[in-house]
Amino acid sequence: MRAFIGVIGLYLVVALALPLGLMLGKSLQGPRDEFVGVANYVRYFSTPALVQSIGNSLWVASLSTVITVPLAFGYAYALTRSRMRLRGLFKTVALVPILVPSLLPGLALVYLFGNQGLIKGALRGHSIYGPIGIVMAEVFTTFPHALLIILAALALADARLYEAAVALRASRPRIFWTVTLPGARYGLISATFVVFTTVITDFGAPKVIGGQYNVLATDVYKQVIGQQNFQMGAVVSVILLVPAVFAFLVDRAVRRRQVALLSARAVPYEPKPQPGFDLAMLAYCVVIGAAILSIVAVSQYAALVKFFPYNLTFTLAHYDFDQKGGGGWASYYNSVRLALLTGVIGTVIVFVGAYLVEKARGFAFGRALFHFLAMLPMAVPGLVLGLAYIFFFNAPANPLNVLYRTMTILVLNTVVHFYTVGHLTALTALRQMDPEFETVSASLKQPFYRTFWRVTVPVCLPSTLDIAIYLFVNAMTTVSGVVFIYGPQTELASISVLNMDDTGEIASAAAMAMMIFYTNVGARGLHLLLARWLERRTQAWRRR
Amino acid sequence: MAAPYLRIQRLTKKFGAFTALDDISLEIAEGEFVCFLGPSGCGKTTLLRAIAGLDIHTSGRIEQAGRDISALPPTKRDFGIVFQSYALFPNLTVAKNVAYGLENTRARRADVTKRVRELLDLIGLAEHTSKYPAQLSGGQQQRVALARALATAPGLLLLDEPLSALDAKVRVYLRHEVKQLQRRLGVTTIMVTHDQEEALTMADRIVVMNHGVIEQIGSPLQIYREPASPFVADFIGVMNFVTGTIVRDGLVRLGRVDLACEADGFAPGTQVTVAIRPEDIVVEDVAGDQREALSGRVDALTFLGSFFRADLVSEALGNVLVRADLPVDLVRRRGIAEKSVLAFAVPRERIRVYPGGALHR
Repeated sequence: MRAFIGVIGLYLVVALALPLGLMLGKSLQGPRDEFVGVANYVRYFSTPALVQSIGNSLWVASLSTVITVPLAFGYAYALTRSRMRLRGLFKTVALVPILVPSLLPGLALVYLFGNQGLIKGALRGHSIYGPIGIVMAEVFTTFPHALLIILAALALADARLYEAAVALRASRPRIFWTVTLPGARYGLISATFVVFTTVITDFGAPKVIGGQYNVLATDVYKQVIGQQNFQMGAVVSVILLVPAVFAFLVDRAVRRRQVALLSARAVPYEPKPQPGFDLAMLAYCVVIGAAILSIVAVSQYAALVKFFPYNLTFTLAHYDFDQKGGGGWASYYNSVRLALLTGVIGTVIVFVGAYLVEKARGFAFGRALFHFLAMLPMAVPGLVLGLAYIFFFNAPANPLNVLYRTMTILVLNTVVHFYTVGHLTALTALRQMDPEFETVSASLKQPFYRTFWRVTVPVCLPSTLDIAIYLFVNAMTTVSGVVFIYGPQTELASISVLNMDDTGEIASAAAMAMMIFYTNVGARGLHLLLARWLERRTQAWRRR
Repeated sequence: MAAPYLRIQRLTKKFGAFTALDDISLEIAEGEFVCFLGPSGCGKTTLLRAIAGLDIHTSGRIEQAGRDISALPPTKRDFGIVFQSYALFPNLTVAKNVAYGLENTRARRADVTKRVRELLDLIGLAEHTSKYPAQLSGGQQQRVALARALATAPGLLLLDEPLSALDAKVRVYLRHEVKQLQRRLGVTTIMVTHDQEEALTMADRIVVMNHGVIEQIGSPLQIYREPASPFVADFIGVMNFVTGTIVRDGLVRLGRVDLACEADGFAPGTQVTVAIRPEDIVVEDVAGDQREALSGRVDALTFLGSFFRADLVSEALGNVLVRADLPVDLVRRRGIAEKSVLAFAVPRERIRVYPGGALHR
């Protein structure tokens, strides 16, 4: 077992720890790799144009958080505390933004509010290119993430608390303030930090719609791609790492507390019909759902007409990707290939890794270190990881530099980038299994891999599928992790969206972004069918 | 006596600064049913896991059937194990669970099927072969776990609180079942439990543990009748403790009364703790001239089904509270109620004396 821990641990070291370490080192080096101490940082903080970005990033992230979290709370409240109709549909609609690259809302906003936008007047002369556009796009992107966290927190409600409150004659507002909100507070805190971090590290939205408004993420990109100033790119990356790591630590602490809440034996809460309230909640969800869908719909519509919104003649010309600035149709197939490889290879690595952390005996230090490495990616923004990959894999002295710009490195990177969520999903599934399975097997003289294959894997199959689809969807949509390491032969669909937007072919960019969306919808549908089929065929033992 | 089947010598297990097992030595004969009994945290489970090789001990030696197994991993040792949680594989049927340990032993498929059949007959679950564990009751699941552990015919059966998760009625029934099965198969068995009733009814010998050391080893009757320490006396059953002083060999003073007892070897004047079981207090047939005759007022009378428990306050003993178990019939016949005053006596051979005063309560 130690050998297995060693192999997967080595992967995390090579694909995560070493590149990150090297990047930290680079931020302390000059152009000829000589050690210059904190000179780069001094230069950074004495360049007003750069320092300005810190304030911009914090402002945009705070504003997005303040808007997204209450919106998501209201939506989650409607889904869990009302008896309005179509709750399943509304939940599905709210999760749509997960399936598209964060570049897409930017493109749609350009069509709606841009210089030639459809409803440009709604902004009353303000430009969409800047903080307004970034915040709108980020609210769209982060909404489902906040929603899922708050939904989970609200689902924990104990019906007995509500019954006790009613028995004590508490008014509805009082019950809301004394029972509902305190019960969801960890979820709200967690959602706040997740939204804040996602926005501050996101690269897609500010790139497309940020205009001249610089934020930390676009600065990293400009320093590296525009000015080839890798040292300064490393400095900005380290600064970007600070809020991400901080938010990560707070989130961990908060989640640990929430587990304690969970352990109480609660009776699930069932809302009662209240026609007026249910109708109001339905109206609220219709507004939000319509806003989300309109972003997607505008992108699709614009991709299918000559020149939205002035010439609405139908055309497929924008889909002729091979004649456009991006990587052509090849980039789409590359993305599908990357997503499939990441889904399959990543799931195996993540699941076996989690199994070893959770079930191996002894070697406590090695397992703790492994777990730490598995949690680390959550705190590392994709751009930072990507830049670290340049330093590590593009170094002439590194024998692994043959991988640079290949599909292999893209898979390596993407698996690591999204490692943590899969790791936690697998751990949760494994922890629900009796810890004595391994002991019993040992007493029956069975090698551990036999029990792993015959019991652990079948029991955890639904969770492994969840990990696979999560990795697939994220591999399709990611931009930040791969923007520094793709090559001419390995351009991806999401990168094509970025490049076509750069060359002004916005309709084609939207068309490609929608291709990503449909692929993810298809994958999710397939996942659903497969999960249902599996449940019927192999999970018979779950039924009593 | 033949060579012991399992010999544990000077076993010590430390978790950092905490000593979970302190210099434990123990011998278990072939075919014996031994219970490790003690409060939680006493080290009984740690000792079981050391025997299984799940937590390797810090120092000492374990021999099984004459072979030193101290350094062997669990897979190289010869035992079957059953846990409180059953640990049945949820995705395998009852038959597949039982067959799990037989499948890669190069046994022919027909032989495996036959053996599984045999075992399921043995535990009376032959008609449930193709059910999944979730479809069985707790008691049935535990029997399947037992069959699975016995499938490979191990030399040693380890039971880790196997009945603790079950309902009271099922538990009592399974105690009997397990004991019968063990006797029929003659497999050396160690069971860990914190339930004294379980230990008293099932074990050939009981090992009472506390704070990582063995307090006493003996038959259930010995443990109950002659507890070797105040801890054992208090842990097993109900016990009255009264502080007293030795007058001379065979005589101890409690309050203003001298009681005859079988204690000797204490110097006169030694502070001692005297232990008396509630059921050993005699209220019937106490003659007025008997020297140990005491009297006490009934402070509270609790009906416990098959008997009454009286809280007696005896002025002569120094106003200590003594619990006495009285037959229902006696209480009714003599009209005993709260505030009644009773004469009682304690037979000398039922009095246990431990050095040191005020050890308890």
